[in-house]
Amino acid sequence: MTDTNALKYTDEHEWILVDEDPAVAVDAGSVVVGITDYAADKLGDVVFVDLPAVGTAVTAGSVIGEIESTKSVGELFAPVDGTIVEANQAVIDSPELVNSDPFGEGWLLKIAVAELPELLTREQYTAITGE
Amino acid sequence: MTDRFSPLHDIHRAAGAAFTDFGGWQMPVRYSSDLAEHHAVRSAAGLFDISHMAEFLVGGPGAGAFLDYALAGKLSAIAVGKAKYSLLLAETGGIIDDLVVYRLADERFLVVANAGNREPVAEALEQRAPGFDVRIADQSDQLALVAVQGPASRGILESIAEITELGTPLADLPYYAITEAFFSGRPLLVARTGYTGEDGFELYIHVEAASYLWNALVEAGEPVGLVPAGLAARDTLRLEAGMPLYGHELSIETLPVQAGLGRVVALSKEGDFVGRSGIEAGPADGARVLVGLAAEGRRAGRAGYAVVETDDGSGAVVGEITSGALSPTLGHPIAMAFVDERVASPGTTLYLDVRGTLIPASVVALPFYTRAKESS
Repeated sequence: MTDTNALKYTDEHEWILVDEDPAVAVDAGSVVVGITDYAADKLGDVVFVDLPAVGTAVTAGSVIGEIESTKSVGELFAPVDGTIVEANQAVIDSPELVNSDPFGEGWLLKIAVAELPELLTREQYTAITGE
Repeated sequence: MTDRFSPLHDIHRAAGAAFTDFGGWQMPVRYSSDLAEHHAVRSAAGLFDISHMAEFLVGGPGAGAFLDYALAGKLSAIAVGKAKYSLLLAETGGIIDDLVVYRLADERFLVVANAGNREPVAEALEQRAPGFDVRIADQSDQLALVAVQGPASRGILESIAEITELGTPLADLPYYAITEAFFSGRPLLVARTGYTGEDGFELYIHVEAASYLWNALVEAGEPVGLVPAGLAARDTLRLEAGMPLYGHELSIETLPVQAGLGRVVALSKEGDFVGRSGIEAGPADGARVLVGLAAEGRRAGRAGYAVVETDDGSGAVVGEITSGALSPTLGHPIAMAFVDERVASPGTTLYLDVRGTLIPASVVALPFYTRAKESS
Protein backbone atom coordinates (compact mmCIF):
# COMPACT_ATOMS: atom_id res chain seq x y z
CA MET A 1 0.00 0.00 0.00
CA THR A 2 1.49 3.25 -1.09
CA ASP A 3 1.66 5.94 1.54
CA THR A 4 -0.13 8.72 -0.30
CA ASN A 5 1.14 11.23 2.25
CA ALA A 6 4.70 10.52 1.10
CA LEU A 7 3.88 11.49 -2.50
CA LYS A 8 4.02 14.88 -4.15
CA TYR A 9 1.22 16.19 -6.36
CA THR A 10 0.36 18.64 -9.10
CA ASP A 11 -2.86 20.55 -9.54
CA GLU A 12 -3.33 18.57 -12.77
CA HIS A 13 -3.89 15.46 -10.60
CA GLU A 14 -0.58 13.72 -11.13
CA TRP A 15 1.26 12.17 -8.23
CA ILE A 16 5.04 11.98 -8.10
CA LEU A 17 7.10 9.54 -6.05
CA VAL A 18 10.44 11.11 -5.30
CA ASP A 19 13.28 9.10 -3.76
CA GLU A 20 13.45 9.21 0.00
CA ASP A 21 16.20 11.79 -0.24
CA PRO A 22 14.98 14.47 -2.65
CA ALA A 23 18.53 15.66 -3.32
CA VAL A 24 19.41 12.29 -4.79
CA ALA A 25 16.40 12.29 -7.04
CA VAL A 26 17.18 15.72 -8.40
CA ASP A 27 20.73 14.87 -9.23
CA ALA A 28 20.69 11.34 -10.50
CA GLY A 29 17.45 9.58 -9.78
CA SER A 30 14.15 9.27 -11.44
CA VAL A 31 10.66 9.87 -10.20
CA VAL A 32 7.60 7.69 -10.66
CA VAL A 33 4.48 9.41 -12.00
CA GLY A 34 0.82 8.42 -11.99
CA ILE A 35 -2.58 10.03 -11.74
CA THR A 36 -4.49 10.29 -8.49
CA ASP A 37 -7.50 8.26 -7.41
CA TYR A 38 -9.50 11.48 -7.63
CA ALA A 39 -8.60 11.90 -11.30
CA ALA A 40 -9.23 8.22 -12.03
CA ASP A 41 -12.66 8.42 -10.42
CA LYS A 42 -13.55 11.53 -12.39
CA LEU A 43 -12.51 9.92 -15.67
CA GLY A 44 -14.49 6.75 -15.14
CA ASP A 45 -13.28 3.40 -16.41
CA VAL A 46 -9.97 3.85 -18.20
CA VAL A 47 -9.84 1.85 -21.44
CA PHE A 48 -6.81 3.27 -23.26
CA VAL A 49 -3.56 4.90 -22.18
CA ASP A 50 -1.19 6.67 -24.57
CA LEU A 51 2.24 7.27 -23.01
CA PRO A 52 5.39 8.88 -24.42
CA ALA A 53 8.23 6.68 -25.66
CA VAL A 54 11.35 6.03 -23.63
CA GLY A 55 13.91 8.73 -24.34
CA THR A 56 11.39 11.48 -24.92
CA ALA A 57 12.37 14.77 -23.31
CA VAL A 58 9.45 16.35 -21.49
CA THR A 59 8.78 19.76 -20.00
CA ALA A 60 6.77 20.32 -16.86
CA GLY A 61 3.22 21.37 -17.68
CA SER A 62 3.19 20.10 -21.26
CA VAL A 63 0.81 17.44 -22.51
CA ILE A 64 2.67 14.15 -22.93
CA GLY A 65 -0.06 11.54 -23.11
CA GLU A 66 -3.73 10.73 -23.00
CA ILE A 67 -5.90 8.68 -20.74
CA GLU A 68 -9.19 7.63 -22.31
CA SER A 69 -12.18 6.35 -20.42
CA THR A 70 -15.44 5.06 -21.84
CA LYS A 71 -16.81 8.57 -21.49
CA SER A 72 -14.00 11.00 -22.07
CA VAL A 73 -10.37 11.79 -22.76
CA GLY A 74 -8.01 13.12 -20.13
CA GLU A 75 -4.69 14.72 -20.97
CA LEU A 76 -1.59 13.65 -19.11
CA PHE A 77 0.73 16.50 -18.21
CA ALA A 78 4.42 16.17 -17.45
CA PRO A 79 4.80 17.06 -13.78
CA VAL A 80 8.53 17.66 -14.10
CA ASP A 81 11.23 18.50 -16.64
CA GLY A 82 13.15 15.42 -17.63
CA THR A 83 13.47 12.38 -19.87
CA ILE A 84 11.21 9.34 -19.99
CA VAL A 85 13.09 6.27 -18.78
CA GLU A 86 10.18 3.83 -18.59
CA ALA A 87 6.50 3.60 -19.50
CA ASN A 88 4.46 1.08 -17.54
CA GLN A 89 3.70 -1.70 -20.03
CA ALA A 90 1.28 -3.33 -17.57
CA VAL A 91 -0.94 -0.25 -17.75
CA ILE A 92 -0.71 -0.08 -21.54
CA ASP A 93 -1.86 -3.73 -21.64
CA SER A 94 -4.42 -3.35 -18.82
CA PRO A 95 -5.55 0.27 -18.61
CA GLU A 96 -8.04 -0.61 -15.85
CA LEU A 97 -5.07 -0.67 -13.43
CA VAL A 98 -5.35 3.12 -13.40
CA ASN A 99 -8.73 2.72 -11.69
CA SER A 100 -8.04 -0.32 -9.55
CA ASP A 101 -4.64 0.71 -8.17
CA PRO A 102 -3.80 4.30 -9.18
CA PHE A 103 -1.04 4.71 -6.61
CA GLY A 104 0.52 1.29 -7.17
CA GLU A 105 0.29 -1.05 -10.17
CA GLY A 106 -1.37 1.77 -12.10
CA TRP A 107 1.73 3.98 -12.17
CA LEU A 108 2.39 5.43 -15.63
CA LEU A 109 5.94 6.71 -16.14
CA LYS A 110 9.41 6.89 -14.72
CA ILE A 111 11.09 10.16 -15.55
CA ALA A 112 14.76 11.06 -15.10
CA VAL A 113 14.48 14.44 -13.53
CA ALA A 114 16.48 17.41 -14.68
CA GLU A 115 15.06 19.71 -12.05
CA LEU A 116 12.36 19.11 -9.49
CA PRO A 117 9.81 21.92 -9.50
CA GLU A 118 7.70 23.08 -6.60
CA LEU A 119 5.12 20.36 -5.98
CA LEU A 120 2.11 20.03 -3.72
CA THR A 121 1.91 18.04 -0.51
CA ARG A 122 -0.97 15.61 0.02
CA GLU A 123 -2.61 18.17 2.27
CA GLN A 124 -2.32 20.92 -0.32
CA TYR A 125 -3.62 18.60 -3.05
CA THR A 126 -6.64 17.39 -1.14
CA ALA A 127 -7.45 21.01 -0.32
CA ILE A 128 -7.72 21.57 -4.10
CA THR A 129 -9.93 18.58 -4.79
CA GLY A 130 -12.01 19.09 -1.68
CA GLU A 131 -11.98 15.36 -1.05
CA MET B 1 -30.46 27.05 -14.34
CA THR B 2 -31.21 25.57 -10.94
CA ASP B 3 -30.30 21.92 -10.61
CA ARG B 4 -33.22 19.55 -10.37
CA PHE B 5 -33.07 16.34 -8.43
CA SER B 6 -34.72 12.99 -8.96
CA PRO B 7 -37.09 11.72 -6.26
CA LEU B 8 -34.49 8.95 -5.95
CA HIS B 9 -31.57 11.32 -5.36
CA ASP B 10 -30.98 10.33 -1.73
CA ILE B 11 -30.93 6.64 -2.66
CA HIS B 12 -28.36 7.31 -5.38
CA ARG B 13 -26.19 9.30 -3.01
CA ALA B 14 -26.35 6.57 -0.39
CA ALA B 15 -25.35 4.07 -3.10
CA GLY B 16 -22.22 6.12 -3.81
CA ALA B 17 -23.24 7.48 -7.19
CA ALA B 18 -21.27 10.15 -8.99
CA PHE B 19 -23.58 12.71 -10.54
CA THR B 20 -23.65 14.63 -13.78
CA ASP B 21 -25.82 17.37 -15.21
CA PHE B 22 -28.29 16.06 -17.74
CA GLY B 23 -30.91 18.40 -19.14
CA GLY B 24 -30.70 20.52 -15.99
CA TRP B 25 -30.98 17.49 -13.70
CA GLN B 26 -28.34 16.07 -11.40
CA MET B 27 -28.50 12.39 -12.36
CA PRO B 28 -26.27 9.41 -11.51
CA VAL B 29 -23.49 9.02 -14.08
CA ARG B 30 -22.14 5.86 -12.44
CA TYR B 31 -22.34 4.00 -9.14
CA SER B 32 -19.12 2.03 -9.30
CA SER B 33 -17.89 1.29 -12.81
CA ASP B 34 -19.26 2.30 -16.23
CA LEU B 35 -18.07 -0.97 -17.72
CA ALA B 36 -19.42 -3.21 -14.96
CA GLU B 37 -22.79 -1.49 -15.23
CA HIS B 38 -22.75 -1.81 -19.02
CA HIS B 39 -21.89 -5.51 -18.92
CA ALA B 40 -24.52 -6.17 -16.23
CA VAL B 41 -27.22 -4.90 -18.58
CA ARG B 42 -26.01 -7.16 -21.40
CA SER B 43 -25.63 -10.24 -19.19
CA ALA B 44 -28.19 -9.83 -16.38
CA ALA B 45 -29.95 -6.56 -15.64
CA GLY B 46 -29.37 -2.90 -14.92
CA LEU B 47 -31.63 -0.49 -13.07
CA PHE B 48 -31.75 3.08 -14.36
CA ASP B 49 -33.37 6.15 -12.88
CA ILE B 50 -34.74 8.13 -15.80
CA SER B 51 -37.11 10.28 -13.79
CA HIS B 52 -35.75 13.31 -15.60
CA MET B 53 -37.77 12.34 -18.67
CA ALA B 54 -40.85 14.51 -19.28
CA GLU B 55 -44.34 13.00 -19.43
CA PHE B 56 -47.45 14.52 -20.92
CA LEU B 57 -50.93 13.03 -20.71
CA VAL B 58 -52.96 13.84 -23.79
CA GLY B 59 -56.66 13.07 -23.42
CA GLY B 60 -60.03 13.76 -24.96
CA PRO B 61 -62.12 12.81 -27.97
CA GLY B 62 -59.72 14.66 -30.26
CA ALA B 63 -56.50 13.24 -28.78
CA GLY B 64 -55.69 10.92 -31.67
CA ALA B 65 -56.37 13.52 -34.35
CA PHE B 66 -54.41 16.11 -32.37
CA LEU B 67 -51.33 13.89 -32.12
CA ASP B 68 -51.56 13.11 -35.84
CA TYR B 69 -51.34 16.84 -36.46
CA ALA B 70 -48.79 17.68 -33.77
CA LEU B 71 -46.37 14.78 -34.32
CA ALA B 72 -44.76 13.09 -37.30
CA GLY B 73 -46.38 9.68 -36.99
CA LYS B 74 -49.93 8.40 -37.33
CA LEU B 75 -50.57 8.05 -33.63
CA SER B 76 -54.35 7.63 -34.01
CA ALA B 77 -53.56 4.24 -35.53
CA ILE B 78 -51.82 2.88 -32.42
CA ALA B 79 -53.79 0.12 -30.72
CA VAL B 80 -54.65 0.62 -27.06
CA GLY B 81 -51.77 -0.72 -25.00
CA LYS B 82 -49.17 -0.20 -27.70
CA ALA B 83 -46.36 2.32 -28.08
CA LYS B 84 -44.82 4.15 -31.00
CA TYR B 85 -41.57 6.04 -31.43
CA SER B 86 -42.29 9.45 -32.94
CA LEU B 87 -40.89 12.90 -33.60
CA LEU B 88 -42.03 16.41 -32.83
CA LEU B 89 -41.11 18.47 -35.87
CA ALA B 90 -40.74 22.17 -36.53
CA GLU B 91 -42.41 23.65 -39.64
CA THR B 92 -39.05 23.26 -41.36
CA GLY B 93 -39.14 19.52 -40.75
CA GLY B 94 -36.29 19.84 -38.24
CA ILE B 95 -36.57 17.76 -35.08
CA ILE B 96 -37.69 19.51 -31.88
CA ASP B 97 -37.63 16.23 -29.96
CA ASP B 98 -37.89 12.50 -30.34
CA LEU B 99 -40.42 10.85 -28.09
CA VAL B 100 -42.37 7.71 -27.32
CA VAL B 101 -46.17 7.76 -27.40
CA TYR B 102 -48.22 5.16 -25.53
CA ARG B 103 -51.95 4.68 -26.06
CA LEU B 104 -53.36 4.03 -22.62
CA ALA B 105 -57.02 4.11 -23.71
CA ASP B 106 -59.07 5.15 -26.75
CA GLU B 107 -58.90 8.80 -25.78
CA ARG B 108 -55.83 8.82 -23.56
CA PHE B 109 -52.17 8.92 -24.61
CA LEU B 110 -48.91 9.26 -22.68
CA VAL B 111 -46.23 11.24 -24.49
CA VAL B 112 -42.69 10.84 -23.12
CA ALA B 113 -40.13 13.47 -24.08
CA ASN B 114 -36.49 14.17 -23.28
CA ALA B 115 -35.72 16.05 -20.06
CA GLY B 116 -33.92 18.89 -21.80
CA ASN B 117 -36.81 19.39 -24.20
CA ARG B 118 -39.64 19.52 -21.69
CA GLU B 119 -40.34 23.22 -22.24
CA PRO B 120 -40.16 23.25 -26.07
CA VAL B 121 -42.35 20.14 -26.21
CA ALA B 122 -44.88 21.61 -23.77
CA GLU B 123 -45.00 24.84 -25.79
CA ALA B 124 -45.35 23.08 -29.12
CA LEU B 125 -48.14 20.82 -27.87
CA GLU B 126 -50.05 23.80 -26.43
CA GLN B 127 -49.61 25.83 -29.61
CA ARG B 128 -50.87 22.97 -31.78
CA ALA B 129 -53.90 22.14 -29.61
CA PRO B 130 -56.43 24.85 -30.61
CA GLY B 131 -59.14 23.38 -32.80
CA PHE B 132 -58.87 19.93 -31.25
CA ASP B 133 -61.01 18.57 -28.42
CA VAL B 134 -58.00 17.68 -26.30
CA ARG B 135 -56.52 18.26 -22.85
CA ILE B 136 -52.79 18.22 -22.24
CA ALA B 137 -51.39 17.72 -18.74
CA ASP B 138 -47.69 17.91 -17.97
CA GLN B 139 -47.17 15.07 -15.48
CA SER B 140 -43.38 15.32 -15.33
CA ASP B 141 -43.33 16.50 -11.71
CA GLN B 142 -45.71 13.78 -10.55
CA LEU B 143 -44.18 10.77 -12.31
CA ALA B 144 -40.94 8.98 -11.59
CA LEU B 145 -39.58 6.62 -14.23
CA VAL B 146 -37.23 3.72 -13.70
CA ALA B 147 -35.99 1.30 -16.34
CA VAL B 148 -35.07 -2.32 -15.75
CA GLN B 149 -33.04 -3.50 -18.72
CA GLY B 150 -31.37 -6.77 -19.54
CA PRO B 151 -32.15 -10.45 -20.09
CA ALA B 152 -33.04 -11.02 -16.42
CA SER B 153 -35.45 -8.10 -16.22
CA ARG B 154 -38.68 -10.01 -16.82
CA GLY B 155 -37.90 -12.58 -14.15
CA ILE B 156 -37.05 -9.83 -11.69
CA LEU B 157 -40.35 -8.04 -12.20
CA GLU B 158 -42.29 -11.30 -12.01
CA SER B 159 -40.69 -12.09 -8.66
CA ILE B 160 -41.89 -8.88 -7.00
CA ALA B 161 -45.01 -9.75 -5.00
CA GLU B 162 -45.98 -6.08 -4.57
CA ILE B 163 -46.59 -5.76 -8.32
CA THR B 164 -50.19 -6.83 -8.73
CA GLU B 165 -53.14 -6.67 -11.09
CA LEU B 166 -51.04 -6.61 -14.24
CA GLY B 167 -53.41 -6.02 -17.14
CA THR B 168 -51.25 -8.24 -19.33
CA PRO B 169 -48.86 -10.86 -17.94
CA LEU B 170 -45.29 -9.82 -18.71
CA ALA B 171 -44.69 -12.99 -20.73
CA ASP B 172 -47.49 -11.90 -23.08
CA LEU B 173 -46.56 -8.22 -23.20
CA PRO B 174 -45.03 -7.51 -26.62
CA TYR B 175 -42.11 -5.20 -27.23
CA TYR B 176 -43.31 -1.59 -27.43
CA ALA B 177 -46.43 -2.23 -25.40
CA ILE B 178 -47.67 -0.98 -22.03
CA THR B 179 -49.96 -2.32 -19.33
CA GLU B 180 -51.44 -0.98 -16.15
CA ALA B 181 -50.68 -2.54 -12.78
CA PHE B 182 -50.32 -1.69 -9.12
CA PHE B 183 -47.26 -1.55 -6.91
CA SER B 184 -48.16 -1.82 -3.22
CA GLY B 185 -51.55 -0.43 -4.08
CA ARG B 186 -50.19 2.52 -6.08
CA PRO B 187 -50.93 2.76 -9.80
CA LEU B 188 -48.03 1.58 -11.92
CA LEU B 189 -47.50 1.60 -15.66
CA VAL B 190 -45.28 -1.14 -17.06
CA ALA B 191 -43.94 -0.60 -20.57
CA ARG B 192 -41.80 -3.11 -22.45
CA THR B 193 -39.53 -0.48 -23.92
CA GLY B 194 -36.03 0.76 -23.40
CA TYR B 195 -32.93 2.35 -24.77
CA THR B 196 -30.27 -0.31 -24.40
CA GLY B 197 -30.92 -2.89 -27.10
CA GLU B 198 -31.96 -5.45 -24.47
CA ASP B 199 -35.29 -6.78 -23.38
CA GLY B 200 -36.48 -4.53 -20.62
CA PHE B 201 -39.19 -2.53 -18.98
CA GLU B 202 -39.85 1.08 -18.10
CA LEU B 203 -41.95 1.66 -14.99
CA TYR B 204 -43.94 4.82 -14.33
CA ILE B 205 -44.99 5.51 -10.76
CA HIS B 206 -45.94 8.49 -8.62
CA VAL B 207 -42.85 10.22 -7.25
CA GLU B 208 -43.92 9.47 -3.67
CA ALA B 209 -43.67 5.72 -4.26
CA ALA B 210 -40.54 5.80 -6.41
CA SER B 211 -38.05 4.90 -3.69
CA TYR B 212 -40.13 1.91 -2.55
CA LEU B 213 -40.27 0.61 -6.10
CA TRP B 214 -36.54 1.17 -6.60
CA ASN B 215 -35.68 -0.70 -3.41
CA ALA B 216 -38.00 -3.57 -4.29
CA LEU B 217 -36.32 -3.88 -7.68
CA VAL B 218 -32.85 -3.86 -6.14
CA GLU B 219 -33.86 -6.46 -3.58
CA ALA B 220 -35.45 -8.74 -6.15
CA GLY B 221 -32.75 -8.21 -8.74
CA GLU B 222 -29.47 -8.33 -6.88
CA PRO B 223 -29.51 -12.13 -6.47
CA VAL B 224 -29.64 -12.49 -10.26
CA GLY B 225 -27.03 -9.85 -11.02
CA LEU B 226 -29.00 -6.60 -11.29
CA VAL B 227 -27.00 -3.48 -10.49
CA PRO B 228 -28.00 0.18 -10.50
CA ALA B 229 -26.59 1.73 -13.68
CA GLY B 230 -25.82 5.32 -14.49
CA LEU B 231 -25.96 7.55 -17.53
CA ALA B 232 -22.44 6.60 -18.63
CA ALA B 233 -23.46 2.97 -19.12
CA ARG B 234 -26.75 4.07 -20.62
CA ASP B 235 -24.86 6.08 -23.24
CA THR B 236 -22.54 3.26 -24.33
CA LEU B 237 -25.49 0.84 -24.39
CA ARG B 238 -27.65 3.06 -26.56
CA LEU B 239 -24.73 3.80 -28.86
CA GLU B 240 -24.13 0.07 -29.40
CA ALA B 241 -27.86 -0.27 -30.08
CA GLY B 242 -27.61 2.52 -32.68
CA MET B 243 -30.20 4.68 -30.94
CA PRO B 244 -30.00 8.41 -31.61
CA LEU B 245 -29.65 10.86 -28.74
CA TYR B 246 -31.19 14.30 -28.96
CA GLY B 247 -28.49 16.96 -29.09
CA HIS B 248 -26.05 14.49 -30.63
CA GLU B 249 -27.68 12.73 -33.59
CA LEU B 250 -30.89 14.76 -33.61
CA SER B 251 -31.45 18.50 -33.66
CA ILE B 252 -33.67 21.24 -35.02
CA GLU B 253 -31.25 21.42 -37.97
CA THR B 254 -31.73 17.76 -38.81
CA LEU B 255 -34.48 16.32 -40.98
CA PRO B 256 -35.62 12.83 -40.01
CA VAL B 257 -34.47 11.28 -43.28
CA GLN B 258 -30.90 12.45 -42.63
CA ALA B 259 -30.88 10.56 -39.33
CA GLY B 260 -32.33 7.40 -40.84
CA LEU B 261 -35.75 8.17 -39.37
CA GLY B 262 -37.65 8.77 -42.59
CA ARG B 263 -39.96 5.84 -41.78
CA VAL B 264 -41.09 7.61 -38.58
CA VAL B 265 -42.75 10.34 -40.66
CA ALA B 266 -46.19 9.24 -41.88
CA LEU B 267 -46.39 11.28 -45.07
CA SER B 268 -49.33 9.17 -46.20
CA LYS B 269 -51.54 10.15 -43.25
CA GLU B 270 -54.58 12.24 -44.06
CA GLY B 271 -54.55 15.94 -43.39
CA ASP B 272 -51.77 18.28 -42.62
CA PHE B 273 -49.26 17.92 -39.83
CA VAL B 274 -46.65 20.30 -38.53
CA GLY B 275 -43.48 19.78 -40.50
CA ARG B 276 -45.04 18.25 -43.62
CA SER B 277 -44.01 21.09 -45.91
CA GLY B 278 -40.44 20.98 -44.65
CA ILE B 279 -40.28 17.21 -45.00
CA GLU B 280 -41.70 17.35 -48.54
CA ALA B 281 -39.16 20.00 -49.50
CA GLY B 282 -36.46 17.62 -48.32
CA PRO B 283 -32.98 18.26 -47.00
CA ALA B 284 -30.79 20.93 -48.54
CA ASP B 285 -28.37 19.89 -51.25
CA GLY B 286 -25.29 18.39 -49.70
CA ALA B 287 -27.01 17.59 -46.40
CA ARG B 288 -25.14 14.89 -44.54
CA VAL B 289 -26.59 11.59 -43.45
CA LEU B 290 -26.10 9.54 -40.31
CA VAL B 291 -23.93 6.43 -40.52
CA GLY B 292 -22.28 3.97 -38.22
CA LEU B 293 -18.49 3.74 -38.17
CA ALA B 294 -16.49 0.83 -36.78
CA ALA B 295 -12.74 0.96 -36.20
CA GLU B 296 -10.06 -1.33 -34.87
CA GLY B 297 -7.81 -0.91 -31.85
CA ARG B 298 -8.88 0.86 -28.71
CA ARG B 299 -8.72 4.55 -29.52
CA ALA B 300 -12.20 5.96 -30.05
CA GLY B 301 -13.47 8.90 -32.02
CA ARG B 302 -15.59 11.21 -29.90
CA ALA B 303 -18.44 13.62 -30.53
CA GLY B 304 -17.22 16.61 -32.51
CA TYR B 305 -14.23 14.91 -34.13
CA ALA B 306 -13.84 15.28 -37.89
CA VAL B 307 -14.23 12.43 -40.36
CA VAL B 308 -11.93 12.73 -43.36
CA GLU B 309 -11.96 10.93 -46.66
CA THR B 310 -8.35 9.88 -47.11
CA ASP B 311 -5.20 9.57 -45.05
CA ASP B 312 -2.96 11.05 -47.75
CA GLY B 313 -2.84 14.44 -46.08
CA SER B 314 -5.33 16.12 -48.40
CA GLY B 315 -7.56 16.40 -45.37
CA ALA B 316 -10.96 16.69 -47.06
CA VAL B 317 -13.45 16.68 -44.19
CA VAL B 318 -16.49 14.64 -45.16
CA GLY B 319 -18.23 14.39 -41.82
CA GLU B 320 -18.35 14.80 -38.07
CA ILE B 321 -18.81 12.31 -35.26
CA THR B 322 -21.91 12.82 -33.11
CA SER B 323 -21.30 10.00 -30.60
CA GLY B 324 -18.35 7.68 -30.19
CA ALA B 325 -16.82 5.28 -27.70
CA LEU B 326 -14.84 2.11 -27.35
CA SER B 327 -17.70 -0.41 -27.42
CA PRO B 328 -17.58 -2.38 -24.17
CA THR B 329 -19.53 -5.28 -25.67
CA LEU B 330 -17.79 -5.47 -29.04
CA GLY B 331 -14.31 -4.49 -27.87
CA HIS B 332 -13.59 -2.05 -30.68
CA PRO B 333 -14.33 1.64 -31.28
CA ILE B 334 -17.73 2.59 -32.69
CA ALA B 335 -19.21 5.92 -33.62
CA MET B 336 -22.19 7.54 -35.22
CA ALA B 337 -21.40 10.38 -37.59
CA PHE B 338 -23.03 12.64 -40.14
CA VAL B 339 -21.14 12.25 -43.42
CA ASP B 340 -21.49 13.36 -47.03
CA GLU B 341 -23.95 11.10 -48.81
CA ARG B 342 -21.41 9.99 -51.44
CA VAL B 343 -19.26 8.34 -48.74
CA ALA B 344 -22.18 6.88 -46.75
CA SER B 345 -22.33 3.40 -48.29
CA PRO B 346 -21.56 0.49 -45.97
CA GLY B 347 -18.05 -0.78 -46.58
CA THR B 348 -16.59 2.63 -47.36
CA THR B 349 -13.34 3.32 -45.54
CA LEU B 350 -13.12 6.73 -43.89
CA TYR B 351 -10.70 8.16 -41.32
CA LEU B 352 -11.44 9.49 -37.85
CA ASP B 353 -9.32 12.46 -36.87
CA VAL B 354 -8.56 11.48 -33.28
CA ARG B 355 -6.70 14.53 -32.02
CA GLY B 356 -4.42 14.57 -35.02
CA THR B 357 -4.09 10.83 -35.59
CA LEU B 358 -6.09 9.42 -38.50
CA ILE B 359 -7.74 6.13 -37.63
CA PRO B 360 -9.34 4.06 -40.40
CA ALA B 361 -13.00 3.20 -39.88
CA SER B 362 -15.57 1.39 -41.99
CA VAL B 363 -19.07 2.62 -42.64
CA VAL B 364 -21.38 -0.05 -41.21
CA ALA B 365 -25.12 -0.52 -40.94
CA LEU B 366 -26.72 0.38 -37.63
CA PRO B 367 -27.16 -0.96 -35.01
CA PHE B 368 -23.68 -2.10 -34.01
CA TYR B 369 -25.12 -4.59 -31.54
CA THR B 370 -28.25 -6.73 -31.78
CA ARG B 371 -29.18 -9.07 -28.97
CA ALA B 372 -29.65 -12.71 -29.77
CA LYS B 373 -33.30 -13.60 -30.24
CA GLU B 374 -34.78 -15.51 -27.33
CA SER B 375 -35.85 -19.07 -28.01
CA SER B 376 -38.91 -18.83 -25.75
